Amino acid sequence: MKQRMKRKTLRLYLVIATLCLLGLAVGLTLYAFQSRIVFFFSPTEVAAHKPDVGQVVRLGGLVEAGSVQKAGDGATTNFRVTDLKNTVTVSYRGVLPDLFREGQGVVVEGSYGADGNFAASEVLAKHDEKYMPPEVAKALKESGRWQEGENGQPVSTTGNTSGTSGATGAANP
Amino acid sequence: MIAEIGHYALVLAFALALAQSVLPMIGAQRGIRPWMAFARPAAFAQLAFVGLAFLMLVACFVRSDFSVAIVYEHSHSLQPLIYKIAATWGNHEGSLLLWVLILAIFGALVALFGENLPPRLKARALSVQGMIGFAFLAFMLFTSSPFERLNPAPLEGQELNPLLQDPGLAMHPPMLYLGYVGFSMTFSFAVAALIEGRVDAAWARWVRPWTLLAWTTLTAGIFLGAHWAYYELGWGGWWSWDPVENASFMPWLVGTALLHCETVVEKRDALKVWTILLSIVAFGFSLIGTFLVRSGIITSVHAFAQDPARGLFILAIFAVALGGSFTLFAWRAPQLQPGGLFAPISREGALVLNNLLLGVGAGTVLIGTLYPLALSVITGGTVSVGAPWYASTFVPLMMPMVLLMAIGPLLGWKRGDLPGALQRLAVAGLLALVAAGLVYRQETGGSVLAPLGIALGVWLFLGTLMEWIERVKLFRAAPRENWNRARHLPRAAYGMTLAHLGLAVAIVGMTASSAWKVESVQVMKPGDSITIGDFAYRFDGVAPAQGPNYIAERATFTVTRDGKPYTLLYPERRQYEVQEQPTTEAAIQSSIRGDIYAVIGDHAGPQSWTVRIYHQPLVPWIWVGGLLMALGGLTSLSDRRYRIGVPNRLPVVQATGA
Repeated sequence: MKQRMKRKTLRLYLVIATLCLLGLAVGLTLYAFQSRIVFFFSPTEVAAHKPDVGQVVRLGGLVEAGSVQKAGDGATTNFRVTDLKNTVTVSYRGVLPDLFREGQGVVVEGSYGADGNFAASEVLAKHDEKYMPPEVAKALKESGRWQEGENGQPVSTTGNTSGTSGATGAANP
Repeated sequence: MIAEIGHYALVLAFALALAQSVLPMIGAQRGIRPWMAFARPAAFAQLAFVGLAFLMLVACFVRSDFSVAIVYEHSHSLQPLIYKIAATWGNHEGSLLLWVLILAIFGALVALFGENLPPRLKARALSVQGMIGFAFLAFMLFTSSPFERLNPAPLEGQELNPLLQDPGLAMHPPMLYLGYVGFSMTFSFAVAALIEGRVDAAWARWVRPWTLLAWTTLTAGIFLGAHWAYYELGWGGWWSWDPVENASFMPWLVGTALLHCETVVEKRDALKVWTILLSIVAFGFSLIGTFLVRSGIITSVHAFAQDPARGLFILAIFAVALGGSFTLFAWRAPQLQPGGLFAPISREGALVLNNLLLGVGAGTVLIGTLYPLALSVITGGTVSVGAPWYASTFVPLMMPMVLLMAIGPLLGWKRGDLPGALQRLAVAGLLALVAAGLVYRQETGGSVLAPLGIALGVWLFLGTLMEWIERVKLFRAAPRENWNRARHLPRAAYGMTLAHLGLAVAIVGMTASSAWKVESVQVMKPGDSITIGDFAYRFDGVAPAQGPNYIAERATFTVTRDGKPYTLLYPERRQYEVQEQPTTEAAIQSSIRGDIYAVIGDHAGPQSWTVRIYHQPLVPWIWVGGLLMALGGLTSLSDRRYRIGVPNRLPVVQATGA
């Protein structure tokens, strides 16, 4: 005959189960924070400290005017990402987002290959023309070129989209 | 005039919400009957006023009254009628009005169907509902009035964001809001029960339909959103762990936990304190979602215009609602009667484990969502937490959950027979292993996740079927008895079976589409062909097309399978006339094996286009799975015990100190 469950024993089991699960979750989370997050770099930061070969990073800045070229196979695009101080050459094979333009902000995710070229696996789409990715705005600010808006770059006012221009969508509360 | 009527109706609803939150509460406390009874007409009137305001706003959009600011910003006279109507909630102010409208609908439904509720509980729950309405109406009136006028009125509007000009906008937000706001009802009942100091099986039975309704609509809303993203955004994915997707997913996880532990309260009168806590947390997550989207601290396709004042206001609502209810919880929860006991290995034990896993899972999603925000505030560093992060945190936590889902229903209440249950699942386990082995052999260098995912899907599917087979005694009794048993199983049991089967189907679809998606990017000239797997795609060329408010380039692909004609695909690239934003319309052909998915990009040269073609194995299974889950929720909702024969409560004894 099994003994009837005591309230205290039940509570003990609950506490043990909870602790085990929490421990597991914390372990997984810490592990993932070490290896599974993607850091953001500006071209200046890349110039100062180049990421390791194969390390997936995000790179943000403006698409340098006049730098976009189609490679020989037609499906690969090469372009330079700039924070108006340093530039990084990026190659991307795929369909560019609808709003990819020269002179506009862009964020690319990818890594350096053994050949020293930055290969993008993803060029992140913006959903609004007037919108500047916050990472890009920050990179431009840090490179000291934020307020200048030179060459008619739409740089100076776009960090803080206000009023109508930032209202990009509405599919959630 | 129309806008002013709408605004006036909102002001009236605001005043009424204040009365609804104060009078019935005091009435219930002091035993003043007429004050308690006030809750019912107040809830109806609330719905009438908010409904009127909403209709007025829709009218402004339909009539293209560009003197109203949000109509000017989000509509255009050439927009098709359905998108003029849907644009009503395609913006911050209008969608907030929809939020409040749904809140009012829920309040009125409780007032209508709550005849059998004890008057005090009902008065208190409606009063809490009134408080939520009051807070959100204040938010709307003071920071984001939908009826703001422009002077002089512009002649033409700026048009709805083209990405939102899709039937998805008509369905996804209302469904999602029904879910989010539905959890406010459980929250109100939980707070009312805490004030009353009493939670029992009858309480669980009253609350459960509301939780079920919220869960069902939230499930449908999330799957609709995933489907929309899949066909509209043109990158071939259906979930990207975007903070706003997470914002809807976290209440879903907690809501699922709540749904399951309510059955324990109902059947076994145990886990009461935990259920109350989950009710509060589920609504808390809904509010977090609202905050993330409306405060402008994250940027995504879902985010609205940035305005710190709005963020602060929602944060204040969040602080008061959660702070208040947790204080109440800390004060009153110890006074709740302790519930029934159970062995660790039992249905209750399995449901506790389910709750823990779902809760911890929701916690990891929360950490992943907030970590980049916290980091940028604290150190200024910028990181992104994406799919790989969740694949190594959330996904491993859910695997034991799915394993458990097949076992739990086979365990008895109070004390379960684990060896017996496992014995009955032997066939399911064996077939799952076989499936994993087959997948592993087929795969070349794929990850270990794919065979694992498929095996879990098979396990859950067969395990769930097995439970049903047990119940109707299939193969062990005469067919006549099988039939009788099948007919007399409660609808709630069928709801569980359907929902679990749906998840199994969805898991298989999600695994397959993540593991075996094939993407091919080519530059093609008219007449070129490419072959992917069994399918050959011939690019026939591009022709101009004209829509109501856009012009498009429409490409034609002739698709053949093993040399035989299969289908024609017409992906488009649209240029909307007002918002000079090009959008891509993917062309998708679905079959049970998966989707073929074509997108046309920009010109790669004279007479050549960049073309992207995906093979998406088993993606339709995800939608079928979601549909089954939502159907399961509806089936359970139609269970007769929620409609008639509501149990009589033990005589209500007011807790002292209330």
